[in-house]
Amino acid sequence: MAQISHDFEHAAIKALGNKQLRTNFRRVMTGLINKRAALFPDPDELQALRARGAAIKDRALAKLPDLLVQLEQNLIANGFHVHWAESVDEGNKIILDILRKANARTIIKGKSMVSEEMHFNHFLEENGVQALESDLGEYIIQLAGEGPSHIVMPAIHKNKDEIGRLFQEKIAGQPYTEDPDELTDAARRVLRQLFANADCGFSGVNFAAADTGSLVLMSNEGNGRMSTHLPSMHIALMGVEKVIERLEDVAPLISLACRSATGQAITTYVNIISGPRRGNEKDGPKEVHLVLLDNGRTKIYNDPELRQGLRCIRCAACMNHCPVYTRIGGHAYQYTYPGPIGEILNPQMQGIEKAGDVLHASSLCGRCSEVCPVKIPLAELIVRLRREAIRPAGTAVKGGGSRNSSVENVVWFGWKTMYASPLLYRWGTWWLRKIGNLLPSGIPLLKQWTSVRSKPQFASRSIYDLARERGIRDE
Amino acid sequence: MSKSPLPGRPETVYYFPTCLVDLFYPEAGMAGIELLQRAGTNVVMPDRQSCCGQPARNCGYYEEARAVARTQLAAFPKDWPIVVPSGSCAGMMKKHYPELFAGQPELPKIQAFCDRVFELTWFLVHVMDIKLVDKGEPVKVTWHGSCHSMREMGVIEEPKDLLRSLANVTLVEAEYEKECCGFGGTFSVRLPEVSGAMVTDKVSNIVATGATEVVSGDMGCMMNISGAMKKAKAPVKGRHIAEFLLERIGKGDA
Ligand code: SF4
Repeated sequence: MAQISHDFEHAAIKALGNKQLRTNFRRVMTGLINKRAALFPDPDELQALRARGAAIKDRALAKLPDLLVQLEQNLIANGFHVHWAESVDEGNKIILDILRKANARTIIKGKSMVSEEMHFNHFLEENGVQALESDLGEYIIQLAGEGPSHIVMPAIHKNKDEIGRLFQEKIAGQPYTEDPDELTDAARRVLRQLFANADCGFSGVNFAAADTGSLVLMSNEGNGRMSTHLPSMHIALMGVEKVIERLEDVAPLISLACRSATGQAITTYVNIISGPRRGNEKDGPKEVHLVLLDNGRTKIYNDPELRQGLRCIRCAACMNHCPVYTRIGGHAYQYTYPGPIGEILNPQMQGIEKAGDVLHASSLCGRCSEVCPVKIPLAELIVRLRREAIRPAGTAVKGGGSRNSSVENVVWFGWKTMYASPLLYRWGTWWLRKIGNLLPSGIPLLKQWTSVRSKPQFASRSIYDLARERGIRDE
Repeated sequence: MSKSPLPGRPETVYYFPTCLVDLFYPEAGMAGIELLQRAGTNVVMPDRQSCCGQPARNCGYYEEARAVARTQLAAFPKDWPIVVPSGSCAGMMKKHYPELFAGQPELPKIQAFCDRVFELTWFLVHVMDIKLVDKGEPVKVTWHGSCHSMREMGVIEEPKDLLRSLANVTLVEAEYEKECCGFGGTFSVRLPEVSGAMVTDKVSNIVATGATEVVSGDMGCMMNISGAMKKAKAPVKGRHIAEFLLERIGKGDA
């Protein structure tokens, strides 16, 4: 059972030991859970909406190749430049080329998890381009030199006082304060300046409508609108699964995403971007690019069961409700996406051999599947990938079979032999009852179990014996 | 209105006590049998059964899980309902057997088997329409619903309704009542620290209710929670709801 690599387990233990982190996450997640619940007061309406959300995404996924072609055509007709990237490296290179051609040295970014997936900021920095985050949370973690710990609220692991100290240290002339409004103002001052001067704006995409060739962006801070409108060039980045068939499909998805994510009826801003500045228009970028990234998505797409994971609208409800995430926070998960959706995406994108540890970061309690607004059966998919980790089936998942362990195979073979045979079961359990209570707590498995629990006591009699004695028939 | 899919109270039911109950808590299992009998049905417990197969399935060992599941399929040949004093094992048989047997020759038979599987408290409420007369002293208890019972079997209010129907029992809700206790099978030994943190929180929330007992419909959770309570010397007793109910209505009184 020694499959959890030290990276993940150690990171989880470290996070558990950080009391402040645990208290923060518990408090914030509980708040989000309650807010979400308040916005879905009617369970029937919730189920109907979830079914609708899942159906919209399924309909789009069913025609994904065609919709992507249609999207590209309509985007081009609207004046976009469209680029396709199969891998992270290719995606980074494409964007760097666009920037170089335009002589752009600074970009101002709206929030984009796909860019986190590409380690984009780091890549640009290495290539002499400065990328600045304009989402407040992203700005904070960028200053701190950290990655996001949550997909909607990237800096949720930080306290007011930590942010106060960080700003004092990193922003020239900024005195220490814990006041959230003052902190926001400080960030706003820095960012406004950057918006005005940046060579290029950059954003993610929440939904791309194939029928109209437009990109939909949700944001609460208005930074999304500024980074896509102020600079003379805008580059948008999305995973290929973000395409939907019709612009009218967007409304129910936004409603589901916002209510599930932050317990808002709708985000403060919803931008629909339909191309660059036209003829006599006075503002907006003169050039708009869209980069579509695959990075393993086609592979996920090719498996009908795993494909369900591509319905994800990145609302984070699954992590907000996850009892493991709540206790260890997002950084322990090591790769871009934390929580249950990360347990599914990271191993498939990075390969199970590399990122398969997180497949065991779940008690399979099923709360993620219960709340997911697009009905992704997250717990089932985790089990499916555990299967792939030991015995790959059908379409190849990257690193499938890499976690096959001969020790575990023997254990499960023994288990099967005993439990599949009524005779061996009676015989084996008879022995367990005889000697089980003599086993020392220090042996593997019992040792882990008894770290916070007393040793379970084997009963002296089998229920089958008791039942016969008390006249219960066996057929 | 009854939610029961059966035409009435069946004359006879099968009982699947689960391997965990057999090994550690046979009296909890026996209490379930007595409740069923007192609600008016005969109970048959075939001894050619063992385990639902969930441990292997959850770890991704499907072939092994299937081999064990086949033994259960063979152990319940008649078309009587199969009552299980565990929402988790019932959930495995009812919800996961179809997926476990996808592409296997038995698949056509599986659904009929799944349709016969019921969780004990749900069955007592909706099929047996059990009425309980409390004979116990006043007591304050809290409830822990297992994740699979709630989310796979949809058993949420039934056991609590049974507890509420007892005149001298006060049911109090613990904070984070619906959160997982942290057992999750091998999860508890693969990530013992996280699982330990979960059960430790669970115990604090239970203790904070001031209840003297916590009851559950799943002995897997109970083994975890009671074990942690015992180790922490918490002043709360934990047991299966069937044992608790039976004591309240007078064991053996019929
Ligand atoms: S998997 Fe579902 S719950 Fe999790 S982020 Fe995606 S849409 Fe939201």
